[in-house]
Amino acid sequence: MSEVQGIPLFPEPLRFLLRPLPLFPLRLALNRVVARFAAERPAIFRRLGSHAEKVYLIDAVDLPFIFRLRPSAERPSIDLCRRAVSGARLGPWDARIAGPLAALLGMIHGSFDGDALFFSRDIVVEGDTEAVLALRNALDDAEIDLLSEAARLLGPAGGVVERVGRGVLSEAGRLTGVSLVRAES
Amino acid sequence: MEGRREGARLELVCPAGTPAALRAAVEAGADCVYCGFRDETNARNFPGLNFSPEELAESIDYAHERGARVLVAINTFPRAGAEEIWHRAVDTAAQLRADAVILADMGLLAYTAERHPDLRRHLSVQAAAANAQAIEFYVEAFGVRRVVLPRVLTVQEIAAINAAVSCETEVFVFGGLCVMAEGRCALSSYATGKSPNMHGVCSPASHVRYQEEDGELVSRLGNFTIDRVPAGEPAPYPTLCKGCFSAGGKRGHVFEDPVSLDAATLLPQLAEAGVTALKIEGRQRSRSYTQAVVASFRRAVDAQAEGRAIPAGELRRLSEGQTTTAGAYRKTWR
Repeated sequence: MSEVQGIPLFPEPLRFLLRPLPLFPLRLALNRVVARFAAERPAIFRRLGSHAEKVYLIDAVDLPFIFRLRPSAERPSIDLCRRAVSGARLGPWDARIAGPLAALLGMIHGSFDGDALFFSRDIVVEGDTEAVLALRNALDDAEIDLLSEAARLLGPAGGVVERVGRGVLSEAGRLTGVSLVRAES
Repeated sequence: MEGRREGARLELVCPAGTPAALRAAVEAGADCVYCGFRDETNARNFPGLNFSPEELAESIDYAHERGARVLVAINTFPRAGAEEIWHRAVDTAAQLRADAVILADMGLLAYTAERHPDLRRHLSVQAAAANAQAIEFYVEAFGVRRVVLPRVLTVQEIAAINAAVSCETEVFVFGGLCVMAEGRCALSSYATGKSPNMHGVCSPASHVRYQEEDGELVSRLGNFTIDRVPAGEPAPYPTLCKGCFSAGGKRGHVFEDPVSLDAATLLPQLAEAGVTALKIEGRQRSRSYTQAVVASFRRAVDAQAEGRAIPAGELRRLSEGQTTTAGAYRKTWR
């Protein structure tokens, strides 16, 4: 638990279960989400400008994986590596944003303010500060809901999954303090 | 005299760095939202922030449909030979039916008064007009209807100004606290070559670096180390004015402590002093910040208008340095 914001950490037993997951299908699914997102949301790339071509390490410190994102309008890509891999195998990157998964989800879903998380040191930023700001601002304006994005991968069944999932995740979020769906004002 | 009408509710002027933040502000109870174009014409020219003309058009429609107004900040100082960029920003704001423009430069005020006489003109804090004579000059010369007062005045000084000027006044009540003569501060320019006054960026992110060194978080701006803090302390702010330096054998925050303004509990005194509008700083912050701060001040303004106690201290976690102050309103320094 963070002392300042009370950010919950991803439970250790679940982390243990995630550790052996095969990366290939996860990569495939994530890249489909990112590609669809890039095709349907040109505004986000206008906000990012040249920073869209930069490489961001998204490091949820309580997950066994590290995400490596290049938002690029033309060729967006997201990769994930096991936490145990050496820095050299992660490849070069421009900026790193690290913090508990709940903090990162809270920023994406509009529940937490990135600056407040940074000042309270719940998140850490390294490298190209300008690129981090551009990404933070572009994502904040996009009003992303990860459940909606994931449900759309399921085609016609996605609507039902989203409706059921929203109820379950909203309740789970209320109980755990984790922003699992987009915050509504 | 155009000052605040006796008994009128204080007007809440709220920041929006993106269309999503503008919608959050309106939903949370903003009377007005201020924003800027995605270029050097406004003093929050940060990466990924601000509005294209198309986004501003949609946002103005959204706000107007819900009874809120949109003020467009065009409050940097035009570069010689490139005035056209700033003129175009004013023309676009007028064309999109912005409710007012917030300007600092006299040449731009003159251009706006001449080309768009019906477009309401507010004087930006960047103009640093801090006494009645200076404010009246802007009112008489350029038809300014409202002045945003610098954050260095006491409540008594604000009351004295309101008694002597013929326009409305707006004061900051929450957010980043700048104690410099705004529009004239050269600290950022000295360190990075870029300034809020000409480029719209104070301590540009391109020159800011945070790094863990020997168990401490070190913040740097250009070639200057601004601060280093141990684990467990709030991260330092990346501006020279809030840096921690050694001088005269002592180590401390030479210019100002890294704290945020929170004047919620002073609303009755500010109303008494004749202020028309309350401004929340933070166009560079997220829609989550906007929603929380606007909603909190909506409750505070309504409580003040109805003579109820004002809720205080609920926004500390959102402040720079995680600490708040009443700033110059309760001045203990000069």
